[in-house]
Amino acid sequence: MESIKYDLAKTPLREVNQFLHSDASVLNGKHIDIQNPNGAHNIAVGLKSEAKVKIHGHAGYYAAGMNQIADVTIEGSVGAGVAENMMSGRVHVKGFASNAAGATAQGGLLVIDGDAGLRCAISLKGADIVVGGSVGSFSAFMAQAGNLVVLGDAGEGLGDSIYEARLFVRGKVKSLGADCEVKTMGPEERKILVDLLARSGHSDVSPESFTLYGSARTLYHFNVAKSGAY
Amino acid sequence: MADTPNKIPQTDPHQSATFDKLTNSQIRRAAATGIYDIRGGGAKRKLPHFDDLLFLGASVSRYPLEGYREKCGTDVVLGTRFAKKPIHLKTPVTIAGMSFGALSAPAKEALGRGAGAVGTSTTTGDGGMTPEERGQSKTLVYQYLPSRYGMNPDDLRKADAIEVVVGQGAKPGGGGMLLGQKISARVAKMRCLPEGIDQRSACRHPDWTGPDDLEIKIAEIREITDWEKPIYVKIGATRPYFDVALAVKAGADVVVLDGMQGGTAATQEVFIEHVGIPILAAIRPAVQALQDLGMHRKVQLIVSGGIRNGADVAKAMALGADAVAIGTAALIAMGDNDPALEAEYNKLGTTAGAYDDWHEGRDPAGITTQDPELMKRFDPVKGGQRLANYLTVMTMEAQVIARACGKSHLHNLEPEDLVALTLEASAMAKVPLAGTNWIPGMDKF
Repeated sequence: MESIKYDLAKTPLREVNQFLHSDASVLNGKHIDIQNPNGAHNIAVGLKSEAKVKIHGHAGYYAAGMNQIADVTIEGSVGAGVAENMMSGRVHVKGFASNAAGATAQGGLLVIDGDAGLRCAISLKGADIVVGGSVGSFSAFMAQAGNLVVLGDAGEGLGDSIYEARLFVRGKVKSLGADCEVKTMGPEERKILVDLLARSGHSDVSPESFTLYGSARTLYHFNVAKSGAY
Repeated sequence: MADTPNKIPQTDPHQSATFDKLTNSQIRRAAATGIYDIRGGGAKRKLPHFDDLLFLGASVSRYPLEGYREKCGTDVVLGTRFAKKPIHLKTPVTIAGMSFGALSAPAKEALGRGAGAVGTSTTTGDGGMTPEERGQSKTLVYQYLPSRYGMNPDDLRKADAIEVVVGQGAKPGGGGMLLGQKISARVAKMRCLPEGIDQRSACRHPDWTGPDDLEIKIAEIREITDWEKPIYVKIGATRPYFDVALAVKAGADVVVLDGMQGGTAATQEVFIEHVGIPILAAIRPAVQALQDLGMHRKVQLIVSGGIRNGADVAKAMALGADAVAIGTAALIAMGDNDPALEAEYNKLGTTAGAYDDWHEGRDPAGITTQDPELMKRFDPVKGGQRLANYLTVMTMEAQVIARACGKSHLHNLEPEDLVALTLEASAMAKVPLAGTNWIPGMDKF
């Protein structure tokens, strides 16, 4: 299919984003290629159509932020907050992601092939995130719902003050945060993991090699006896 | 005089000013429970405030305007710096952010009705936008908060302006908490949380830290909304000069500055009373920052925290604000803490005017609750009408004062129209002590 091409070295970002906000009737099923991103912030934010967007290079902060429905691929690395508050759709980072990847995302799938920095999946609210590499410290802090799959290791304080999100980690976890504990992976969780591995290009990876972490639910009601945990 | 060798004259019982009745009750409460006190509202202690300022009406050297004939404008335009669609309000008295969750859905609806009736804006809060408040609010400001509870790009696009909340006056540097009894099924669903648990709101945004990041975040919201909507930055008053300067640098269209009298749905009493500064102390440094950057009146300043009447509105504007916001006062106008409910307040161990356990969700007025039975007591149409009446009175009162000072628009009020009654107010508001030309500390500001 013929694609629509934008060159950020020639066209202002505002113009590109405005086009990407066109009616679904204009964008649905269209392929849009964005050349020369050169680390620009806020590329392809606020999309809401069945467009397929490819960013050819590195992007800055908030790439594909608040994505809805669209399929965005970044053929490089991204700065902080990739796919933050995503509602639906798919965002794929071929390189590495900086801090707060997928922060507060409510739906959709974020795939990061490389490592993700600090606070990946912070305040996750229902989206799925698969990280091919490792995640930094304080990932899934206050994560409320959704799934984080990490094929590599996790840093310190994983899942601190976690609510109902599920964290699948294949490698080592440096330390768990307050109220986060190892859970038994039942058939329901295994099914979720197998599905996410398949949808993120990791169907060859054994689900049995992962450990599931979740909330011990001891901080759900403020209790003075637990004040040391805060 | 009769000889009474057995009776030694006694002094009156002397209560300690340091260990007064309230303090002692707080100590006993802490000793009994082992947990700090949480409550709603803003600072209750006596603070330097607008009451410590007076207007100098016109006389021989100034020319007043006729109260019933000559116009005194009250309109304000917010978001003229970058937004393609700035907000036009008929009165500078706006409604501050209060969440669905903290307030009942009918109470949110009443805020929208009241504000809409007089041509001003209302504001969402933590937990997102309800269809009721969008439907009833002609001009709705959407808060973008650290918790991002209920944050939805569709609602962002539906809003007339967006307020990035960095902090609030009641608890600058603090997050929030909604206790389980207010996390009803609907509130839980909007916030993506299990029903009935204590819900914590984050104190920092999850995906940015510091002013340089904030600049990129604001740019993201502008890109998502195609640069149409004004973007506010709300800060709790602590270091207003620097915070306002940084908000301007980060690209704010409007800065909202909330003093420590500004209310919260719930936080620790010790936080409310001991962190942050009064709004009176915050306005002049904020205006100074805008002036130093050449942005006064270009980036609009909304101030809040203890605004109660038209005199407060006029004083805030004379000190350099473009508009004000009310929260607690709006709740009182709608029926919160009404003495008519005294018997019910007594059952809760308090009295009308002092009720502040909003987080417990047992508000007999049906405003700060999610209890379906209590909510039924509150009529959003009547509540909205009461709020509209109150907003109208405040606006007219401010006009009365402005005309007396010879001003044809509220925005023409200026510090020169004011004097201070106390040294503190004089130093903070940077207007002379009444009857003198002295402003303490002015030469060092």
